[in-house]
Amino acid sequence: MKMTKNFKNNLITYAIVIAAFIIVQILQSTGNLSSLFKGLLVPICVYVILAVSLNLVVGISGELSLGHAGFMCVGAFASAFFSKCTQQAIPADGLRFFLAILIGAAAAAVFGIVIGIPVLRLKGDYLAIVTLAFGEIIKNVINIFYIGKDSNGFHFSTKDQFSLGMEVDGTVILNGPQGITGVPKNSSFLVGVILILVTLFIVLNLIDSRDGRAIKAIRDNRIAAGSVGINITKYKLMAFTVSAALAGMAGALYSHNLATLQASKFNFNTSILALVFVVLGGIGNIRGSVIAAVVLTALPELLRGLADYRMLIYAIVLIAMMLFNWAPKALEWRERYLGRFFRKSAKEGK
Amino acid sequence: MKKFNKVVSAVMAAAMVAGALAVPASAEDTFKIGGIGPMTGAAAAYGNAVMNAAQIAVDEINEAGGVNGAMLEFNAQDDEHDAEKSVNAYNTLKDWGMQMLLGTVTSAPCIAVEAEAVNDNMFLLTPSGSAVDCITAGDNAFRVCFSDPDQGTASAKYIGENGLATKVAAIYDSSDVYSSGIYATFKAEAANQPFEIVAEEAFTADSKTDFTVQLQKAKDAGAELVYLPFYYNEASLVLTQAAAMDFSPIWFGVDGMDGILSVEGFDTSLAEGVMLLTPFSADAEDDLTKNFVAKYQELYNEVPNQFAADAYDGVYIIKAALEQAGATPDMDASTLCDALKVAMTEITVDGLTGAGMTWDASGEPTKSPKAVVIENGAYKGL
Repeated sequence: MKMTKNFKNNLITYAIVIAAFIIVQILQSTGNLSSLFKGLLVPICVYVILAVSLNLVVGISGELSLGHAGFMCVGAFASAFFSKCTQQAIPADGLRFFLAILIGAAAAAVFGIVIGIPVLRLKGDYLAIVTLAFGEIIKNVINIFYIGKDSNGFHFSTKDQFSLGMEVDGTVILNGPQGITGVPKNSSFLVGVILILVTLFIVLNLIDSRDGRAIKAIRDNRIAAGSVGINITKYKLMAFTVSAALAGMAGALYSHNLATLQASKFNFNTSILALVFVVLGGIGNIRGSVIAAVVLTALPELLRGLADYRMLIYAIVLIAMMLFNWAPKALEWRERYLGRFFRKSAKEGK
Repeated sequence: MKKFNKVVSAVMAAAMVAGALAVPASAEDTFKIGGIGPMTGAAAAYGNAVMNAAQIAVDEINEAGGVNGAMLEFNAQDDEHDAEKSVNAYNTLKDWGMQMLLGTVTSAPCIAVEAEAVNDNMFLLTPSGSAVDCITAGDNAFRVCFSDPDQGTASAKYIGENGLATKVAAIYDSSDVYSSGIYATFKAEAANQPFEIVAEEAFTADSKTDFTVQLQKAKDAGAELVYLPFYYNEASLVLTQAAAMDFSPIWFGVDGMDGILSVEGFDTSLAEGVMLLTPFSADAEDDLTKNFVAKYQELYNEVPNQFAADAYDGVYIIKAALEQAGATPDMDASTLCDALKVAMTEITVDGLTGAGMTWDASGEPTKSPKAVVIENGAYKGL
């Protein structure tokens, strides 16, 4: 079989993830990994998945979505809710977590379709604003839900935990803005890496498929794509829903890593953070998203030594990296002074 | 061009990994106390108060010769009031060689950190994490402040037993663990008391500037007393807006109300007659409080609040427990935790937030809440 350029490129992306996994495993078994880095492994996986899934919408489908944290929120809550309810019924951690991830992804996909149908009729700035609004709506809707469980089954309220009217043996599972506490800690780096590989597999194959080419055709010229008979709504919705489902998966991984889960975490700051990963890594460049998510998640933690200047430095580094990657003058300068070192390898790569 | 980006990314990633992997050497002649709290972001006022006061206490102890002959070392890490960042801060402190944790300051991150600390058997003393779940995950966790349920029950009992009112309205922050936690038990206890809750109005962190709707409902329901279980910043707005609509019931607050007299631009005459339950008052006349307030004002130029007092006590509680256990700095975190767990139930500490504080194995403190009323711009004990 002849290896196409794309196929080779994709293999490199998988190889980077697997190599990173192996290196971390070796360091861990030899005791060379600091506690901070161990703790960061799962969050890094979460943000990598989130960045890759958002890149599908922003980079491949060409729609600016500012509400991606909303889908992550749905996935996080759906899966955490499931895990809390079935902790006794399904004692096997692995099976329960597997089902929780599926449920998280499915719930987010449903929201993706429901929100996508009206929203994807819009374009450009309007779409960005409406997705931003939907992200906030999801967060606020989850904020008013109170769900408890006792011997009579589930109790549900949108007012407060007292109106649940539970028996004495009841426990509140979802406690409004205070969210869910006591989610079993099932997330591990291994699961995270498997989910990254699954995400990459889905996204990279979608991009290279017939459907992916249709999606890119719509991005490049909507009218031309429509004129050759591409069903614009269908393909846009497809990209949006797949992306939402993957973000839901990231949410499931997130919620099973911390003992406490609150909807306020999934505000537009988190959506913007995901967008920053995508833009910095290169819009439409999946491997770039992976690397940017790793670097930008780890950076503020590794700068802790700078104490009060930490967030300032982080912001400056962000601006500097953005200029270095995108400013025309910086590109020119790089071409002129650094290009010669890489010309040879660049020729091979291209 | 793309290639170059990759190379830069790879170099940066490698540099960062190298930085992360450096395992620090641990000094063995000091006790290392870690602190976690929000030092940036919306809740920064609480975290900074805790860290400032803890540093004062650590310096005092070191000047006086340390604990069991060893010095204390305090390292404060920022968590931005975010559970995920809080766990990162915890891991950073572990790399530093932390032996016991004074934190975390706020409730939700504390729940997440406690889940990690249980696994490591790390001694955790939260100065101000008042939600019940903060210390329930294991027997390694203790707290300095009252838990939310204790405050709610105590408030309802106080109002009922002293016959302050028959019709009570309550306004609370449903998005805040602290506020709704207190209110939940207040309401439960109110059922046993000779007063009736005629209005219960919630607000959230997104809508905490306009309280006229909630106040109007309380007024229409004929409330004689309004219960305000939340922090002083919002409380100052409630009082100002109530004054503008000629609504003047008895106001009853909890320890978060402490600090209302120092809100900038707030007409303190509006707070006349406000009652609150608080473990600490900066105007108290005892030498311990006077000394602490003077020192805090000199160093940080502001009046310490209850968070600061909790943290100051927290450090002295750790000191007392270390002395009781006869601990030495060369013990590792887990051994130290086992020793401190026992010692905590044996000590009695007189601090800023209460005299004769004791603990049982559940980690809850036993101390009596003080009710004060604001008269002529100062607290007066009831």
